[in-house]
Amino acid sequence: MQKKLGIVLALLLVIPGLMFTVSCQKKTVAIAKEPVMEEAPPEEPMEEEKEAVIEEEPVPDKMAELFVQEDIHFEFDKSTLTPTAQDILSRKGEWLRENPDVSFTIEGHCDERGTNEYNLALGDRRAESAKAFLVDLGIDASRITTISYGEERPVDPGHNEEAWAQNRRDHFVID
Amino acid sequence: MNGWRILLIGIITASLWAPGSAGGRTGYEYIDINQPFLRKMPLAVPLFTTVSGDAQETLHAQKAMELLTATLDFTGYFQIMDRGAFLYDPQKDGHTTASINFPNWTVIGAELLILGRYELRGDDIGVEFRLFDTVQGRRLIGKRYTGKASDQRRIILRFCSEVIYALTGNRGIFEHKIAFVSNGSGHKEIFTCEFDGYDPQQVTRNGTITLFPSWSSDGNWIAFTSYVKGKPDLYIRSLKDKRETVIARPGINISPAWVPGKFELAATLSYSGDPEIYLLTGSGKIIKRLTHNAGNDVSPSWAPDGQKMAFVSNRAGSPQIYIKDLESGTERRLTFEGNYNTQPSWSPRGDRIAYASMVDGNHNIFVIGADGEAPVQLTRDTGDNEAPSWSPDGSLIVFSSNREGPSRIYVMTAFGTDQRRLMEMKGDQTNPKWSY
Repeated sequence: MQKKLGIVLALLLVIPGLMFTVSCQKKTVAIAKEPVMEEAPPEEPMEEEKEAVIEEEPVPDKMAELFVQEDIHFEFDKSTLTPTAQDILSRKGEWLRENPDVSFTIEGHCDERGTNEYNLALGDRRAESAKAFLVDLGIDASRITTISYGEERPVDPGHNEEAWAQNRRDHFVID
Repeated sequence: MNGWRILLIGIITASLWAPGSAGGRTGYEYIDINQPFLRKMPLAVPLFTTVSGDAQETLHAQKAMELLTATLDFTGYFQIMDRGAFLYDPQKDGHTTASINFPNWTVIGAELLILGRYELRGDDIGVEFRLFDTVQGRRLIGKRYTGKASDQRRIILRFCSEVIYALTGNRGIFEHKIAFVSNGSGHKEIFTCEFDGYDPQQVTRNGTITLFPSWSSDGNWIAFTSYVKGKPDLYIRSLKDKRETVIARPGINISPAWVPGKFELAATLSYSGDPEIYLLTGSGKIIKRLTHNAGNDVSPSWAPDGQKMAFVSNRAGSPQIYIKDLESGTERRLTFEGNYNTQPSWSPRGDRIAYASMVDGNHNIFVIGADGEAPVQLTRDTGDNEAPSWSPDGSLIVFSSNREGPSRIYVMTAFGTDQRRLMEMKGDQTNPKWSY
């Protein structure tokens, strides 16, 4: 039973992985910065091909990583998107269009200076601002969940302007 | 507060207020709690008389006297007098009006006197307390309480409530609890404690962020926000039988405030697209939407009549306090000074609203007239002071402050005097709320 389950799980993981990477090949070529493609000799047997494909996985992962790692930041007591935030969101939007199966959560965060209740509302507005921008770019709203953490989850525990600036953010998480 | 009913309380002695006595029936003239520059009344509390005089009884009596003194001192109404100056022997001098040498008390400046007689018999205690006006040379209260030794604290608090009632005309705060948030376990959880910080009890064990406790008027329900399901949802929990209702609409479900005297509450929900205040039943059904405004509307706080509600809105660009009149539907802005005014708390006496205002980067507690009368600053130069909540009699304000480093719960009088820390616990304590 355990073994069977393991196989099923492995298939579940591998099949979408294959589909994913195959669908991404075009894109990686387009980006044209990945040497892995040239290294994979086309006349190799199927098994080898599979391995080569698996090795390619870091490519979409890097993009996904960037999607997750790059926060957008806000002014104090503001939920409006700065020009920088809009640029970052536009890049995220591109990646999301190329990866239509990705659902994700936007977390709205605040710095510690405001008061809890108001900051929870402000975090909600910050997450909704980014969501509205992405929906305008054509990303289906059903792919987006928003959640406000107010000032409850600072990324920088410091009590200075630098920390506050880091903490006034939207953070993106792939579901 | 059920415990009070369980207490066996025998009340002896003649009626406290003889008909036609000079002080009238109320005696409220002793302490006018509306007076901002209250003169503290000098109060003498000598050692209690013990009946057997054995060591155990003497120790219990000493503890009872200390708690009684600390409890009355907590109100800020009294100047507790130094026992060293007393011309009084608790084991020899009498307890009755006729046998008390009042000039011995007035000569050292005492205007009020409390005498106690304490008896410990096995596990049972019997206590007599008498409050005297030494200037007029008459007794204001005489009470006898019997119970178990473990009831001692409740007996003392009960008598202190009688003292406050005799002197001010209301029951005071001693039977009311304070809810607050503490993260000592690594997560923010709701706790409750008694008015003086005694006996902190953990109410939630959610293992996640839990915030904004709010008591129903009868003290039987607590509403709060928690991320139990991964997002800020509203929970309404019965403290009696652990029944719990969840309001988990999309977006935020936060800052509950019970309507005085009703099983209804206001809270901020953002499922319509932005944070708006709604009126809900105690079982979580929406009665109606109270605000209609782009931007944040949060932190409702009810006037005691339940007809008006203070709240925070950033409709004018920065967070400010507004008042909504539910009958007329009108809304007016209350605060105009400063650009970050949040956390309104409407006094149970109805006339004033406390709130936190950010000035030069720090929050401080202010009080403003509900009619817009000029704001008065109550805290200053002590870090951040946030989340004010009035005591049920309107005489004190509980709040959080990081003046000593971590955030702790503090209490002050309604006029900002007598600021002191309530307790010391692991972690940070925030969001205190007095039960009504």
